Amino acid sequence: MSRLIEADVAIVGGGIVGGSAALFLARAGKKVVLLERDRCGSRASGVNYGGVRRQGRAPQQLPLAQRSHALWGQLPDLIGEDGEYVRSGHLKLARSPQDMAVLEAYAAQVADYGLGLQLLSAHELRQMFPMIGDKAVGGSLCPEDGHANPRLVSPAFSRAATAAGATIIEGAPVSEVEQTSSGFRLRSVAQDLTVTAPVLLNCAGAWSGALAARLGETLPISAAHPLMAVTEPLPAFLPVSIGVEGGGVYGRQVTRGNFIFGGGRGIPHPVSGNAPVPDFARPERGALVNLLQQAAELFPDLAGATIIRSWSGVEAYTPDHEPIIGPSSTIPGLFHACGFSGAGFQTGPAVGAVLADLVMSGQSVTPIAAFSADRFR
Amino acid sequence: MSQSPLPPVVIGAGPAGIRAAVTLARHGLSPILLDESPRPGGQIYRQPPAGPGQRSASELYGFEAAKATAIHQALAPYADRIDYRPDTLVWNVERGALDLLSNGRTATLAYHSLIFATGATDRVLPMPGWTMPGVFTLGGAQIALKAQGCGIGSTVVFLGTGPLLYLIAYQYAKAGATVAAVLDTSAFGLRIKHLPGLLALPKVLAKGLYYTAWLKAYGVPVYTGITPVRAEGNERVASVIWQDSAGRQQHTACDGLGIGYGLRPETQLADMAGCAFSFNPLDRAWLPDRDSAGRSSLAGVYLAGDGAGITGADAAEVGGERAALALLQDQGATIDPSRVAVLEKRMAAFVRFRTALLQAFPLPAARWAETVSDDLVLCRCEEITAGDLRATVRKDQPRDLNRLKALSRIGMGRCQGRMCGAAAAELLAHQHGCAVNDIARIRPQTPIKPIPIGVTPENTP
Amino acid sequence: MSLLIRYAEQSRPSVRFFLDGQAVSALAGDTLLTAVLTVRERLRTTEFTGSPRAGFCMMGACQDCWVQVRRGDGPVQRLRACSTLLEADMSLSTTSAPPPVIAEEPKP
Repeated sequence: MSRLIEADVAIVGGGIVGGSAALFLARAGKKVVLLERDRCGSRASGVNYGGVRRQGRAPQQLPLAQRSHALWGQLPDLIGEDGEYVRSGHLKLARSPQDMAVLEAYAAQVADYGLGLQLLSAHELRQMFPMIGDKAVGGSLCPEDGHANPRLVSPAFSRAATAAGATIIEGAPVSEVEQTSSGFRLRSVAQDLTVTAPVLLNCAGAWSGALAARLGETLPISAAHPLMAVTEPLPAFLPVSIGVEGGGVYGRQVTRGNFIFGGGRGIPHPVSGNAPVPDFARPERGALVNLLQQAAELFPDLAGATIIRSWSGVEAYTPDHEPIIGPSSTIPGLFHACGFSGAGFQTGPAVGAVLADLVMSGQSVTPIAAFSADRFR
Repeated sequence: MSQSPLPPVVIGAGPAGIRAAVTLARHGLSPILLDESPRPGGQIYRQPPAGPGQRSASELYGFEAAKATAIHQALAPYADRIDYRPDTLVWNVERGALDLLSNGRTATLAYHSLIFATGATDRVLPMPGWTMPGVFTLGGAQIALKAQGCGIGSTVVFLGTGPLLYLIAYQYAKAGATVAAVLDTSAFGLRIKHLPGLLALPKVLAKGLYYTAWLKAYGVPVYTGITPVRAEGNERVASVIWQDSAGRQQHTACDGLGIGYGLRPETQLADMAGCAFSFNPLDRAWLPDRDSAGRSSLAGVYLAGDGAGITGADAAEVGGERAALALLQDQGATIDPSRVAVLEKRMAAFVRFRTALLQAFPLPAARWAETVSDDLVLCRCEEITAGDLRATVRKDQPRDLNRLKALSRIGMGRCQGRMCGAAAAELLAHQHGCAVNDIARIRPQTPIKPIPIGVTPENTP
Repeated sequence: MSLLIRYAEQSRPSVRFFLDGQAVSALAGDTLLTAVLTVRERLRTTEFTGSPRAGFCMMGACQDCWVQVRRGDGPVQRLRACSTLLEADMSLSTTSAPPPVIAEEPKP
């Protein structure tokens, strides 16, 4: 049966950003409808690495990251479960004196943001984290950063939003979207559903560029596919989430014992598909073997352990790898929150809160000017 | 003929893969035959490690000794033409190439044509106590005896359904074990009802009847129409509790228990390669689509043997040869049409027989799903219970096994759902009150079996 | 106590190996699984509940029989017991502790 829903706010995309926005807006009393093409939290938000890290972000992201840090601290109250979130600390390693200098410079640059970074010499690193191989010559520890299980956290935001009164409709890819005199009209043929709303939030991840394009706005969003793998459960060996200056590999051990690590890129899946944004992604052999080697190099004791799965996802990237957050400068009532470029899981809850601010009051208490899409014009 | 520049690849050196490779070799091709095991034969004709004291073929394979020996010796005449690579795991398929793991080294092998002959393992429905030491799959119990000369106990019970139940009981009794009971969940009446179909292969039926008669003659208790209740024991199995067909609870002491409900094909690689799949209601499983010759939905990719749908070892030999002939024909070779006709006729009889067999020994899925208790471990790897599954269903209403996996971890462990997949599917469908084909299938993930982080890459074309 | 019972091929030569540091023996041609389960009742305990396990499918599908193995003073490997043949003097662990390096015994 054909359905029409008139809402205050329409959200496209049930990832962590859309789910969080729906939650905060519903709590603020708005009538919210969220359309998700598949299941909430089933794409990049649900299959990412699970890093909940502020360290390493560009300074302009830190106010957002700090706001999110506070939200992560209240996760069970917010979404009804802990999502396996732990403040394990995040340790960024340097593999050369040059890389260590980069870490030192970063620590100085962000000193005023309250991350509590601790620079570790090679000796201190060895003392505190003896499991790390001698490839690392030092590191920077952010003790209150951590990690969580994205498969659990991201869907929970949408469930919490539902509990708060939002209408979440899954299996509802947007077939048509248009501007009307009073806002927006969206249609999902799959659900035989029409939604109208004066405000539209574009939280569609890798599909957000296509959504904007249908409204006549160009966003420089492209899809890429971070690669991840996981070992069998192992005895506890790594108490901290690991990153490496210059990239290449990152890893964390979860409470159940599995070591989850990532680095490099996967490929679209199915490979033969020719959609501009693939539905799924899968690992690529060369990148996977390279990732295994990098992990074994960093953690020599892991060489005898086995990986039991690997995966990839469909994530939205921007040219400068900084997100697009804020009102469209060409279409009134349209707000974007997309292009998190592989680093949106930690900030996701705060981005939702910022979107709610923007809808409720027209402005965000957290500075977001740096994330305007206008920077690409 | 316009031969493909790359040699054809056959995955699996069981009866299907060996017949496929030999057929290709006999027609002048030089196939690569990849197999995880150290010696050819597959699981059905698995060989003990070579060495002094090895049993004769007739001791090992009974009535099937001649077939087993023929399979074991089939590669030898083509040793210079078949590139047989034992101890080689295919852990990934991607964009026209396979990834192989052998002796700690990983290598990529490109292919233009490929025959999947990946075989099958036991299909299991969990029961309380099934993770205890001393409980093995039926196939596992058989492998222990065949490949290692060991039994899973001295007083054993075999529980589940399917013809394997009777064969293994016979093999164990012959080996000297006390078979305390054969417990079949299928009612005897079903066998009578589907007798006409079973007569499609009178010789196979006769063997089955022989095993059953032998068990009876030697006083092995056989019960049909039973319902498993639980395995009990203090850190190893000590007894089986079950309900007889009249609903009376029974207790059978044992120190070994084999369980299994027919077989499930190893379809991960075909799935990963992109073969189209359809749900087969008789098998209650998703199987790769294939034509009567074994052609998959992908050009150059063929399917043979139990890995594409359970039809048994004899059918696997026929299917392997048929798939190889299809490959040859598709590459422009001339093949003997009368041979094709013979193979297809034989295959039709196998299919009729297996159809009747699956109806005579059905998976007791509905009864299982209705009665499974919350504390039963479904997923051995991650130790996820039926209660965990039900809680996930209440929370998220997953309509798909992959979503269930993402939220509950069922099927997320080392075995990627090989052991729990059937149970998870049946219970999820039951919770939703939908058909088991409405909840999709677990997506295989690379690597399809665990591989060490410390693998050494090797660049071989 | 053992879990598996030998019914055949018992004339194969004996092979010494080490189980949790203790010297035990099995037969040439045994898999690690057979070797362990003919002298013990379990192969390992599970990571999450500590319940005992002893393999299940015996054909490399269930992945329930991964054990830690060391050859000589080499690194610890994790191997699937049902599909790995025993080698003389292998050191195996049935716990989460890595198998010990076995010191060379002085020749008598």
